Amino acid sequence: MARAFRDVLQEKEFVVTAEIGPPKGTDVSRLVHHIELLRDRVDALNVTDNQSSVMRVSSLAACRLILEHGGEPILQLTCRDRNRLALQSELLSAWVLGVRNVLCLTGDYVTLGDHPEAKPVFDLDSVQLLQTVGRLNQGQDLAGNNLEGATDFLAGAVVTPEADPLEPQLIKFAKKVRAGARFFQTQAVYDLERFRRFMEQARRLMADSRLATEQSATGPVKILAGIVLLTSAKMARYMNEHVPGIMVPEHLIQELAGAEKGKALQVGIQIAGRLIRQIYLDRLCDGVHIMAIGREERVPDILAEAGLG
Amino acid sequence: MIVAERKPLEEIERMLADAERVLVVGCGTCVAVCMAGGEKEVELLAGQLRMRAEAAGRRRRIDRVTLTRQCDREYLDPLAAYVDEYDVLLSTACGAGVQLLAERFDGKLVLPALNTRFIGVAEGPGLWSQRCLACGECLLDRTGGICPVTRCPKNLLNGPCGGTNHGKCEVNPENDCAWTLIYRRLEKLGRLDLLDAIQPPKDYRPMTKPARVAHPAFQTGSPAGPK
Repeated sequence: MARAFRDVLQEKEFVVTAEIGPPKGTDVSRLVHHIELLRDRVDALNVTDNQSSVMRVSSLAACRLILEHGGEPILQLTCRDRNRLALQSELLSAWVLGVRNVLCLTGDYVTLGDHPEAKPVFDLDSVQLLQTVGRLNQGQDLAGNNLEGATDFLAGAVVTPEADPLEPQLIKFAKKVRAGARFFQTQAVYDLERFRRFMEQARRLMADSRLATEQSATGPVKILAGIVLLTSAKMARYMNEHVPGIMVPEHLIQELAGAEKGKALQVGIQIAGRLIRQIYLDRLCDGVHIMAIGREERVPDILAEAGLG
Repeated sequence: MIVAERKPLEEIERMLADAERVLVVGCGTCVAVCMAGGEKEVELLAGQLRMRAEAAGRRRRIDRVTLTRQCDREYLDPLAAYVDEYDVLLSTACGAGVQLLAERFDGKLVLPALNTRFIGVAEGPGLWSQRCLACGECLLDRTGGICPVTRCPKNLLNGPCGGTNHGKCEVNPENDCAWTLIYRRLEKLGRLDLLDAIQPPKDYRPMTKPARVAHPAFQTGSPAGPK
């Protein structure tokens, strides 16, 4: 049986989580295969919530499958598709089904996905969603009604270390800590010098007296660096051009471009492993969150490259 | 003001179907300023419809009139004298004007020639952009006069999402990120402290449709009301 992520986060020196995406359709065989492959290799598995605004099996259903297969799930919950009633209902349902960790996100905009005509919701934002989790944890809903049975979620959030400009991002980061985020999983980082500077700023913020009070009861906020597996030079360039907040340095793109034919993915795995190794050795932050988008079966290889396999 | 755009001519023709007597009714206020449904645009639309009717060998009478405002009953009344001469009233007002026209002349088929887009401002010659969602609970005091409810596609109240991209919005790179604008404006004003407070979830009750506003002076029982 997997250990509670809450305990792992406070006790383990270097935490590793990975992301898996639910299927579009009812065939969960690949998902289950990924769960079985990864459940003992990482500390928790995030499940995306209609990732990139593409309609799929819900995060909650996949989280339940993770529990049934002996893993520790982190429910990703976005504000895109649900109003405050549906969000709270989803959270209560997740708790009832055994999910104990939730990552609160804004969510991509609907026009980016496969149902671009859909009505976007965004009734709450990610900070307000974190506060909502806090309310449910205290046995009340957003309207102040008492619950018959409270939740006790560990809430997490995301932050983009490469955001430009960074200052508004840092202000929101501090709000998320105040709103109850106990861990952060960052957008992808590739330039570790820049990430080091981000961490210095984040740590300064967390030492702020108000945020320190927030953390006194539950232990320090943990930050896991996002690692997105690069599969080719083309993919890296695409992300630089089209994915805000991601900056793959040119030397890594050249490294991928220089790979032998058919070996770019192998080079991408080496790069990811190297980044993780460096973050671990330099203790840049408290762990990593691996996003192998569609290549979940290669996560063990990344961990082996990092010397954590 | 209300900003609108004319529907494609093909769509307007489809709506008109086989109507033989058409009165194009313009509006001299917002939609005249945004060059979608004022006197000039009505003249152009009537001309285009006439030409197409002639080219198709179709008998169709197309007349035009432009009212000061279509969203005020008093300006609609003069039409009563001759509205019976027409099968169809084709309105180039915003959606509100079209509806009041249809309400005033409820025995007539009233058709919309425009798509109403938003409440906005003139950004430059021939360019308008949205500024207000009419949410009924203005929060511009907290955001340096820049509305995140309108200008952020996700109506975020507590800062930018991860899609902010060098000051632009990932949803439409032509648009500035509202939260980058807000940050810069408050920085300039020396009021970044306004970003400190966590904004609570918005109350959407004022947006319950259809909304109504009654001026206190006109409410019965009000000391300033009708005697």
